[in-house]
Amino acid sequence: MNEVRIKVIDRREFLVTSGAAIAALTALTSGALARETKDPTKLLQEITGGAAPTEGKVKLEMPEIAENGATVPVKVSVDSPMTDKDYCESVTLIATKNPSVYVCAFKFTPDSGKAWVSTRIRMAQTQEVWAVAKMSDGKFYIGKTTVKVTIGGCGG
Amino acid sequence: MAKARVKVPKKAKKGEIITIKTLIKHKMQRATKDKKTGKPIPRNIIHTFEAKFNGKPFLIGEWDTGVSANPYCAFTHRVNESGEYEFVWKDDAGQTYTAKAKIEVA
Repeated sequence: MNEVRIKVIDRREFLVTSGAAIAALTALTSGALARETKDPTKLLQEITGGAAPTEGKVKLEMPEIAENGATVPVKVSVDSPMTDKDYCESVTLIATKNPSVYVCAFKFTPDSGKAWVSTRIRMAQTQEVWAVAKMSDGKFYIGKTTVKVTIGGCGG
Repeated sequence: MAKARVKVPKKAKKGEIITIKTLIKHKMQRATKDKKTGKPIPRNIIHTFEAKFNGKPFLIGEWDTGVSANPYCAFTHRVNESGEYEFVWKDDAGQTYTAKAKIEVA
């Protein structure tokens, strides 16, 4: 009797772990798919799951003219109280005309205090940059800005 | 070799939102070909950045080739207690770089 019971548990455990592994793998693959696309609209749809993001709440600060596309400063901030119940979960930066439109994403927690991040990105040419914010209530917001690039930062 | 630099205030008030600045030396190499030999150069970028406080992550960066070489990243944290920050960068070559800093809540 005992042996049988042990076997049952083992099999269940195996199923649970393999199930989790498959779920993790699926999540990873879908992430990779979104990243490889050259179509910013397609990437946006994959992030939002097809929902149209509302314009606003996202402030995207970039220079109007970037002399060097290899390193363009970006400041993104999202209007959110950042409490346990209401916070900004993530921000994704999309460079609409880069060879790879996915630039980076930042995941926040209420401990972040502010949904604010400052970084530097590469820009291949003059283009529009999008910042897509996902809020804890499942809503999406988008901010856009255009940067004129004098010398592209992606060319070999 | 990558070298990380972080700037964290030494002291803060309870509940204060502080700004943390980080910088790491890294080529952020895109997958490309050598111009002369045509040999492929594999991608080697920092793909994940993690900021932790007392072991708990509060900010995660998922980066791609669009992030500039020598990635700079500044962000905020709400400080409620004294403790230690740990910053972790991971690249395609399997290297992990870490930096630590302490903060005291007065």
